[in-house]
Amino acid sequence: MASQDFNFDLCARNDLLARTGMTAPGAMKTGTTIVGVTCKGGVVLGADTRATNGPIVADKNCEKIHYIADNIYCCGAGTAADTENTTELISSKLKLHKLATGRQPRVSTACTMLKQMLWRYGGHISAALVLGGVDINGSHLYTIYPHGSSDKLPYVTMGSGSLAAMSIFESEYKDDMEIDEAIALVTKAIAAGVFNDLGSGSNIDVTIITKDGADIRRNYVTPNERKHPAAVYYYPPGTTAVLSEKIVPIAQRKDIVVESVEKMDLA
Amino acid sequence: MDFFNQHALPVVARAPTLKTNNPDFMGSEKKLAGATDPTTRTLNPYVTGTSVVALKYKDGVMMAADTLASYGSLSRFRNIPRMAALGDTLLGASGDISDFQYILKELEAMKEKEEYCEEDSHVHSPTAIYTWLSRVYYARRSKFNPLWNQLVIAGFKDAKPFLGTVDLLGTNYEDDHIATGYGGHLARPLLRNEHRPDMSAEEAEALLRKCMAVLFYRDCRSINKIQFSKVTAEGVTISEPVELPTSWEFKQFRQSGH
Repeated sequence: MASQDFNFDLCARNDLLARTGMTAPGAMKTGTTIVGVTCKGGVVLGADTRATNGPIVADKNCEKIHYIADNIYCCGAGTAADTENTTELISSKLKLHKLATGRQPRVSTACTMLKQMLWRYGGHISAALVLGGVDINGSHLYTIYPHGSSDKLPYVTMGSGSLAAMSIFESEYKDDMEIDEAIALVTKAIAAGVFNDLGSGSNIDVTIITKDGADIRRNYVTPNERKHPAAVYYYPPGTTAVLSEKIVPIAQRKDIVVESVEKMDLA
Repeated sequence: MDFFNQHALPVVARAPTLKTNNPDFMGSEKKLAGATDPTTRTLNPYVTGTSVVALKYKDGVMMAADTLASYGSLSRFRNIPRMAALGDTLLGASGDISDFQYILKELEAMKEKEEYCEEDSHVHSPTAIYTWLSRVYYARRSKFNPLWNQLVIAGFKDAKPFLGTVDLLGTNYEDDHIATGYGGHLARPLLRNEHRPDMSAEEAEALLRKCMAVLFYRDCRSINKIQFSKVTAEGVTISEPVELPTSWEFKQFRQSGH
């Protein structure tokens, strides 16, 4: 079995490349405001939809709330490739685990799998996650840091907009909110990130998880719609004057060879 | 020419120097290995204050700051007022406390000189003090010797509130609400959501209290000992330090284990 220790095989090669002048490709970071809140009956996760590459917006409407299991979802901040691949890997592992155990996966299992992998990579996998879900033991909310530590809390925020979102939570969170109150609070917190943090922007995604499953509200709020949407560029024939017309059927063209296709022999 | 001295510099008349190998002896030719001239400009702040938050309201401007002067991660001096009255102007400071004390002394000297020399009961307006400070701070930064502060200048002149900020780089602007340091990240979203220029004194204080509570929860270099101050047509008032109510009782905090 392959060693589970740190594997830094490529570091020497990368150092050499950097020294001989090759600039490494930049990681696409998600800027980001992601939040999670526990409430009566479940958890509510929220995220903005801006992905940045330095000062440029790479994706105006990316999805930051990732599927882990039917009852567990995970918001990701940091390097987009890392959050996407890490959550997909653990989702896959958890599906196999579910089939092996015959039981609904638990949030703490997903947390343990994620943190053990991130710790093994020493923080080089830049994934800061907000993991939430509902299982046999109730509703749970975790925050997981790139180096592999986790905190289990009633409300969490991560990403460059985390301070803006946390200021909303610290002034308005209370235990045992109704689902609707929680959704309103999450929306307000993400909006604080969208409008006060340059790394966050565009729309607000919300996912509500209860014992009955997950309710995914993609683009729940769209407070940044384009003022002048792209126009329709269809111009009916006759808009400009037609001077002449020549139609050449494809069968007559010399540069196109029509081949007959032999059917595959399945005998 | 002498083979060994052909590159020797011409002898120039100079005062006799005492030659000694003792590096501690004043005027010795020999310096300690690695010794360089001492630095005579600011490189880092040492004793510092954290956020100052201020907002305009119906009758003037309200400001709040905690009374902590930190020494890095040590809560060194826990009873230091970071807001001061300068005639009709209210000045709040975050950043290096010694630089704040220095600029206060300079402002006091300027005021005394006015009173003594001119004797025309002229008081510098808040705008005048703000502009003077922004020039002084930019001049210092241009000499690579900044006064390491972010100042908040508030006043009430000609029945209109005045609120502006000047920082160690000389950046200066006026706004309806100001938040320095961590306040920029934690208080500004709250101020942008809830501030209105026609707020009453009670509403303004409630919003400031909310901001200062959030800062106490989330800024490591803060304490729960806050001074509130305001400047209105009546002048400047700075309150005694108060403790804000905080809440740490979440159900999950009381339950054990993961």
